[in-house]
Amino acid sequence: MVLQSSLKNWLWLYCILRTPKACFRSTASGGLIIQSISNDVYQNLAVEDWIHDHMDLEKRQVLFLWRNSPAVVIGRHQNPWQECNLRLLRQKNIKLARRRSGGGTVYHDLGNINLTFFTTRKKYERMENLKLVVKALKALRPQLDVHVTDRYDILLDRQYKISGTAAKLGRTSAYHHCTLLCNADKFVLSSVLKSPYKGLKSNATPSVPASVKNLFEEDPSLTSEMLLDAIAKEYAKQHQIDHHITLINPADETLLPGINNKTKELQTWEWVYGKTPKFSISTFLNMAYKDSVLDVQVNMDVKHGRIEVCNIDLPEQWLPPGLYSKLVKSLTGSKFCPNETTMLVTTLLRTCPQDDELHGRWSLLCENMIMLM
Amino acid sequence: VCIHRVRSCSSIRFIKSKYVCVFDKSALKFSHQQRLFRTSAVSCGQIVQFKLSDIGEGITEVTVKEWYVKEGDSVSQFDSICEVQSDKASVTITSRYDGVIRKLHYSIDEIAFVGKPLVDIEIDASKGVAPEEDVVETPPMSHEEHTHQEIKGHKTLATPAVRRLAMENNIKLSEVVGTGKDNRILKEDILNYLAKQTGAILPPSPKAEIIPPLRKTETVPAAPKDKARKIPVPVSRPIAFSGKDKTEPVTGFQKAMVKTMSAALKIPHFGYCDEIDLTQLVQLREELKPLAEIRGVKLSFMPFFIKAASLGLLQYPILNASLDENCQNVTYKASHNIGVAMDTEQGLIVPNVKNVQVCSVFDIASELNRLQSLGSAGQLGTSDLTGGTFTLSNIGTIGGTYAKPVILPPEVAIGALGKIQVLPRFNGKGEVFKAQIMNVSWSADHRIIDGATMARFSNLWKSYLESPASMLLDLK
Repeated sequence: MVLQSSLKNWLWLYCILRTPKACFRSTASGGLIIQSISNDVYQNLAVEDWIHDHMDLEKRQVLFLWRNSPAVVIGRHQNPWQECNLRLLRQKNIKLARRRSGGGTVYHDLGNINLTFFTTRKKYERMENLKLVVKALKALRPQLDVHVTDRYDILLDRQYKISGTAAKLGRTSAYHHCTLLCNADKFVLSSVLKSPYKGLKSNATPSVPASVKNLFEEDPSLTSEMLLDAIAKEYAKQHQIDHHITLINPADETLLPGINNKTKELQTWEWVYGKTPKFSISTFLNMAYKDSVLDVQVNMDVKHGRIEVCNIDLPEQWLPPGLYSKLVKSLTGSKFCPNETTMLVTTLLRTCPQDDELHGRWSLLCENMIMLM
Repeated sequence: VCIHRVRSCSSIRFIKSKYVCVFDKSALKFSHQQRLFRTSAVSCGQIVQFKLSDIGEGITEVTVKEWYVKEGDSVSQFDSICEVQSDKASVTITSRYDGVIRKLHYSIDEIAFVGKPLVDIEIDASKGVAPEEDVVETPPMSHEEHTHQEIKGHKTLATPAVRRLAMENNIKLSEVVGTGKDNRILKEDILNYLAKQTGAILPPSPKAEIIPPLRKTETVPAAPKDKARKIPVPVSRPIAFSGKDKTEPVTGFQKAMVKTMSAALKIPHFGYCDEIDLTQLVQLREELKPLAEIRGVKLSFMPFFIKAASLGLLQYPILNASLDENCQNVTYKASHNIGVAMDTEQGLIVPNVKNVQVCSVFDIASELNRLQSLGSAGQLGTSDLTGGTFTLSNIGTIGGTYAKPVILPPEVAIGALGKIQVLPRFNGKGEVFKAQIMNVSWSADHRIIDGATMARFSNLWKSYLESPASMLLDLK
């Protein structure tokens, strides 16, 4: 296997990405294998977008290999509150990304490899791609019991999911990507993919939880690098190209014009949270106040990630009515976001009567509300 | 009479379209004159039912997840219409036609069927786009597009609408630089090309309009002649600017700030400014910085400013007070919770360091580090952001000298610190030396604070900072 990243290689890649005919290495016709040098989930997702939007896949199909530092990636039409423990993500500094393909939520870290198969829309064929992966795995370790299910999962030992799939189809091109668990942190995986948020009702695509296992657990001699190489080798064989992986830098604006804008867009709140399909929350706040515990019912509708409707069923006069309506009016239209809400409620407090008891109740209520986000 | 009108109408009817805006013969008998007029005047473009094309893999139904258009929107060919999902695949459906969306056949989360109509698009009949049979992707045109991609001057990519625009203006598409996807030529590109070529294309009459009417008519024809003899002067033409105003509602945190600032301006502010010589403090900080670093804390100037303020507040507690709504009572706050204004992506936030009166400079520095890292991560808690009694705003880190800070209710005073500049000053011996000068601008609530109090507080604060050793005397 040859890994090169010299200037000559850069020029060659530059040509490939633009003019499908002008390639002076005939061995690159029919297919291209590229690997990202970055572990930033947003940059890597942006590369997928770029190839999907700009590359001509008629003459040449592409295999893109990438790995990310810890991140949770939700599907295009999913609800992050439903899918993962956002509080834990924020605490542990794990990134949250929304990809453009459909499907469910996955956890990425450096022990997981991602494979993206780019083809024209006509040649979109997920089963073939997954069979390729299985073939590669078996070639590497013949004793591995791995097979593809009709849900496009790859199972180990007939029970453990080691790969999940998703796809994106555009007008002329399509891509199918999948994960592969080599040596990911299963403990973090299971804790971040468990949502603590109650009372959510939504039509967002739900994830189907599955028991997972790392290939490393089955065979400790396996590493991510070996798996990447084996898959690249099989791809090269099937596409009759050189077994050669070209490194690509997702921050290279000259090679991939417009990529930095794509990266930025994927990180915006509007994309990650704002694209959540409309959902509602109906739950209870358990507030310990003085010597009693209050059960306060809360109903909210959230659209485009913003609070459309908000109802808090407080005991009468617990908060002066003027103050309650001030809170509700301010929350309406505001982002369903703990930081935004914290800033909002603390700022509002400045214009409330200066009463310690009142402030105490306000803070208690607001902190509980923020916990919902 | 009616029949006569029908004939004249039919002669101007849409010859090219296959779909016909039908006049029922029976309807004609009863049809009003106005009705005939209306039907012939309206561009009764053909309504084409755009069917959901094959997704592949034998999929027959999908769920509609998001609409990018609504009824009444104009679309161009290749614009995205909606996003559908099928079994982990998300598909972007793009328009095959230029036209106006007339009907969406499905709402969000409904199941749509392959081969059945997805949207109705009204196509302008004069464009003569014949509706195609439901075709499996990819249409043959795209193959040609790609083959001719690099060959300039030959086949260029542009939608029929754009080609028409170019044709009407006698523009060769090969001369236009396309800025769309795959170097596609967009309407904007034609407009930009036109703007550059105005000398050749736009009629000369606008020149005459620019000449003021006061001039005699004889000079009018002379002007163009003069221009011809003189060195050509670039004439400024109206540049095609396609930017649009964007209106957004004020929501959430911004809305809360509006309330706060409106309340703040009800406070009668007075300002007091001064200049502080920080030469000695700069030196002191340089000495102490490495010590703090060893303890894992970044030491800036703020901890000194904050501690000095607290020492000052001990002498002038009215500056750490709060006036109630009816201005009946003044509450002297026991804790010095000194707020530090921070600029974040979302806007201005003011977390505060609690109980500065019992904190050492190092404690303050450490707490500031904590607040700063939480602030930049967007994870400050409500307790960090409430309970402030006095505020300092270090706007100097961004720039500026003097400012006019706005008091943050329910507080009664605020200080804005400008940037530290190296300036020449005279010392006691009359010699010029290099001084590190920073400006401070205080604002205070004139209802309970008078100028003298503010001035004395400021002088005390200044003296602590100008000779930091004096702080040692009063540290508790």
